[in-house]
Parts: sequence; C-alpha cells; structure tokens
Amino acid sequence: MGRYVIRRLLQMIPVFIGSTFLIFFMVYALGDPVAALFGDRAPDPATAAQIRHDLYLDHSLPAQYVHYMGNLFKGDFGVAFNGQSVLQLMGDAFPVTIRLTIVAIVFEIIIGISLGVLTGMKRGKPVDTGVLLLTLVVISIPTFVTGYVLQYVFGVQLKWTAPSVSPSAPLNELILPGLVLALVSLAYVTRLTRTSIAENTRGDYVRTAVAKGLPRRRVIIRHLLRNSLIPVVTFIGTDIGALMGGAIVTERIFNIHGVGYNLYQGILRNNAPTVVGFVTILVLVFLIANLLVDLLYAVLDPRIRYA
Amino acid sequence: MTVISEGATAAPQAAQTAPLLEVRDLHVEFHTRDGVAKAVNGVNYSVQAGETLAVLGESGSGKSVTAQAIMGILDMPPGRIPQGQILFQGQDMLAMSGEQRRKIRGRKIAMIFQDALSSLNPVLSVGYQLGEMFRVHQGLSRKAAKAKAIELMDRVRIPAAAERVNDYPHQFSGGMRQRIMIAMALALEPDLIIADEPTTALDVTVQAQVMDLLAELQREYNMGLILITHDLGVVADVADKIAVMYAGRIVETAPVHQIYAAPAHPYTKGLLQSIPRLDRKGQELYAIKGLPPNLLHIPSGCAFNPRCPMAQDICRTEVPVLHTAGPGRGSACHFWKETLGE
Repeated sequence: MGRYVIRRLLQMIPVFIGSTFLIFFMVYALGDPVAALFGDRAPDPATAAQIRHDLYLDHSLPAQYVHYMGNLFKGDFGVAFNGQSVLQLMGDAFPVTIRLTIVAIVFEIIIGISLGVLTGMKRGKPVDTGVLLLTLVVISIPTFVTGYVLQYVFGVQLKWTAPSVSPSAPLNELILPGLVLALVSLAYVTRLTRTSIAENTRGDYVRTAVAKGLPRRRVIIRHLLRNSLIPVVTFIGTDIGALMGGAIVTERIFNIHGVGYNLYQGILRNNAPTVVGFVTILVLVFLIANLLVDLLYAVLDPRIRYA
Repeated sequence: MTVISEGATAAPQAAQTAPLLEVRDLHVEFHTRDGVAKAVNGVNYSVQAGETLAVLGESGSGKSVTAQAIMGILDMPPGRIPQGQILFQGQDMLAMSGEQRRKIRGRKIAMIFQDALSSLNPVLSVGYQLGEMFRVHQGLSRKAAKAKAIELMDRVRIPAAAERVNDYPHQFSGGMRQRIMIAMALALEPDLIIADEPTTALDVTVQAQVMDLLAELQREYNMGLILITHDLGVVADVADKIAVMYAGRIVETAPVHQIYAAPAHPYTKGLLQSIPRLDRKGQELYAIKGLPPNLLHIPSGCAFNPRCPMAQDICRTEVPVLHTAGPGRGSACHFWKETLGE
C-alpha cells in the first residue's frame, strides 16, 4: 500500500508539470497580458517594457514557467493585475466553492442514491420508468438553462431563496445553486446506483443472506447496499474535482464569488496570474481526489489490493 | 451381532415417528414471457431427523427449485406455488407469514449452496458473516458473536481459525470456503440442512473431505439432511434413501443400496449406466439419448417417454403413478416390474 501511494505520488509530478505548463503556455503565449492590462488604450512602450521586466515577461517562455513554478513553491502565486495577491483571491474564493461543492455532493448522495435504490428495487414499475425518464431530461438540458429557470422560478417568482448569493455566501443561500450544480451528476448517480442494485439483487450472496433468516432491512443495507455502492462512491469521489472546476457556469448565474467566478473574470480580462494560479490548484485537487478515490476503493472492496 | 440388530430396530422406529419435513404434492411454476414453465409437478418426499435424503436429477429436473420452495427463497414473482404443502414439524410453512418463515430460516432449516465464492458476501469478513447468525437470531454482542464464529470455524476444521476470522472469502481456498458455508448453516444447530450440490464446485479430493465432514456433523447433531446432487458417486456413501427427479416429478424413490443393485425406473437405470466404471475401461460410455424436456412443453404421458428405450403407447398418453415396488420403494413407470426384472 505504502509503495503504491509513493508510486502514485511520483506519477503525479509529470502530470502536474504537463498540465500546468499547458495552461501557462496558453495564457501567456496566446494572449498578451500587458496589452490586456491597458485595456483599449495603446500602452506607452517604456512603461510596457518596465512592466514586462517586473513581471519577468521579458524572458523566454520556459524560463518564465520555471520562474513561476519556483515562486509557487515558495508560496508566491504572484499578483493579479488589479493589485490583489492571487493567494488572497484564492483564500477568499476557495472556501465559497468548497461550501458549494459540499452542498452539491450532499444532494448527490441523499437524492441520487435514494432514487437509485428505489428504482433498482422496483425495476420495471411506473416509479422506475418515471425516474429514469426524469434523469434523461436532466442529463439532456445544459446547466445554464436549468440554472436560469430554477433561479427565476424559486428566486424571482416564488421568492423562496435569494436569486443572487451575497459575497459571504452563507449555506442557506447556496442550497439552490448547489442543487443546480449537482443536477447532472445526481442523474448519473441515480442511474449508476440503479444498475448496480439491479445487478447485485440477483447475486448469490444476497440469496444466502435471505437464507440465513436475516430481516429484509439488514439484507438490503448490510449486504446489498454495501456491495452496490462501491462504484457509486468512487464516482462521487472523482466528481468532487469536476464539481469544483465545473462550477463556473453555476457561480456565474448566481453571482457566487468562488473559484469559477474568479476564473471567469480572469479569462475575460486576460488576467494571467489569476488564471494560472487557480487552475494549478484545481489540477492538484483533481489529482489528489483521484488518488484518494483509488485508495478508498481498496478500503471498500477487500478483493482489491495495491502493491 | 448387536450392531446389526440395533440397526434393524432403528429403521422401523424412525419410520413410525412423524417426519421432520414432509413435502406433499408440491407444484411450482414460473411465469415467463414465453409461457408458464412447470418446474415442479407434484413432488412428495419426507425426511426424518438424522436421516439423509439424496435428491438426484439433471439440471432443470426441479430438485433445486423444490429446495428453494422449502427454504422460502424462491423469487415470487415470477415463481408461484399453486398447489401443495410443506410440513415442517407438522406445520404447513406455506400457510405461515413471512416473518414466521424468516425465523425458521437459518435457525431451524439452513441451506448450503453450491458455489461458496459467490454465495459468501465478498466485502464482509467470514467472521462477520458467521457471527451475523448469532447477532441477528440470538442477539449476541459483536464480541461474543466473533468468539462463536471462531468456535464454528474450529469445528469445521479450518486451521488457525482465530487468526483467519477477519479474512475475507476470496482469501480462502475452495474447500475452506465450502467449510465456512457449512459452518454458517450449522451455526444455530438447525433440525434440517439442505445442501444444494455442496461439492460440485470442488476438486475431487476436497469433495470427499467436505462430504465426510458434512456427514459426520449431521450424525453428531442428529439433523435431517437433504442432499441435492447429480453425482451418483457422492450419494452412495452418505445417503439413506434416494429420490430421483425428472421434469419436476419424482420418478423413483428407494433405500440407497437397492437403487444401485436394481433400479426400478428406466431413467435411473440410464443414469447408473452412464457412470464411468473401471471395469468397462475402453468401452464407449453410455449416455441417455435425447435432451432434458423443455419445461414449457413437458411431453404428455410419462415425461421421460421420448428418451425411454422401453416406451409403449400407454407411456405417451397416461401419466404413471408412483407404484409401490417393494418396501420403501416407489417407481413412476408403467413397466416397473419389467425394469426391475431384467
């Protein structure tokens, strides 16, 4: 197990370098951050050169990358063009997005798994067909549509919740955005759970559990669910990374000042330090979430052993 | 001398007491998209305490379905029991509530399945799965249940039980896994054990060990045992009597040694002839011609008639009743005398 973790951590290094270089290259080489800084006005050549020098932009791209990474390991993510340190921006944004992600994951677990178990146990019944149809609809409609519709219905018309989230982003205001963020994954969790339950219900070990005279509740929870949820748990695990990065649309709709919002602003204004900094952290979140999921898999299923 | 007279008196005594389990005219059918599959068509058999009944038959003969009906683990729907009684200690289990039946399962009647690897839960330790019997049925604590589990593993002779109690099913060999299945069935010292092909998935050498263990434990606890198998070799050593099933009916019943000496049904005869024998080495192995019947369209008359070498016109029209063919013997063949006499 220890050797496996070390190997996986080592494998992360090239993935990390490759993906961060790619994003660094795209932001700095394909756009001109200094020109963006001046907006529509033509920059004064002397000032521009001074800025280029200060931001280490007068070196070759690989040298810039090495310089950037060097600073990164010292905990210096650079300064955004509006003068705020990127670290400061991330300190404000990540807690908000993490809260939003947690709300979304809770929805996925509670609603997704419950619906999946229900439909898996009642295969072919009207409730199964109905839920299946509903998941298909949810998967087919893009988030920006469901987001705006739900915002209008619950926020503007019914006034059950604030249509736009305040800067402090308290949990109660994040319930609707969390649901919107979760919807598509929730539909997948439902379908995955349903399939897994349906498959395992026919399993010989479930028949054994019944033959042992165990109460139905225990057969379902201890034996059927314990096995059926292994793929679901791993899916939700990998989804954490996707939700955090994929919150761009949702955060934009509900005006949540989280990671997605900052990334959106950064890309819009060609604010290179912000974009590269945030993406770097997201890459790390992805890599670590994936490693944790793989390790969790071995805990959940004793047949899997890493060496 | 004394041993023989003891054996001679023991047999009639057992016959007089009420049977532990009695299956009466049991019918089971499955409603499928293609029609109604009649898996069991009027099965009668009984088991006394301490007795071993071997139920013999090929796949689809209804032997496992009958066992699942006794156990109450048939999938219903699509399964249905339109007719019949299953009397356990004098009470009809088919008339009981679901909760009453659940309390019998595992506690009074236990089952051993064929493939222990798939029949044990892959993600729970064997100690947990064994201990679960005590925790659910007797309300023991986790710790006490684990101690009991180790004791059980010792009793079925799993080496180093105390160290292996936390291992998972996949960490055991096939024979050891089947011992765990046996231990689980034995946990609450039930009155009846149904073993559904308990050794089919095992190596031949391990088969004998597992069968011996099962027979020994059965004697020790004086349990009734229904041994479902298609292996005539396994039957000879351990069974007291045999019921041969074909197309959901019992075609022959007999005390074990008589059936080997002189079968009273052409199907049994065919089965016995198809066992490979050392003294017939080099000769072609006998096989019953034709295929097992399609349960959606069971042949009229005697279900075996299309494959039977002795079939006459009457076999195609009239379903044979189970004729008494001697003490404790029955044969559902119109020509049982001729079959016996040959």
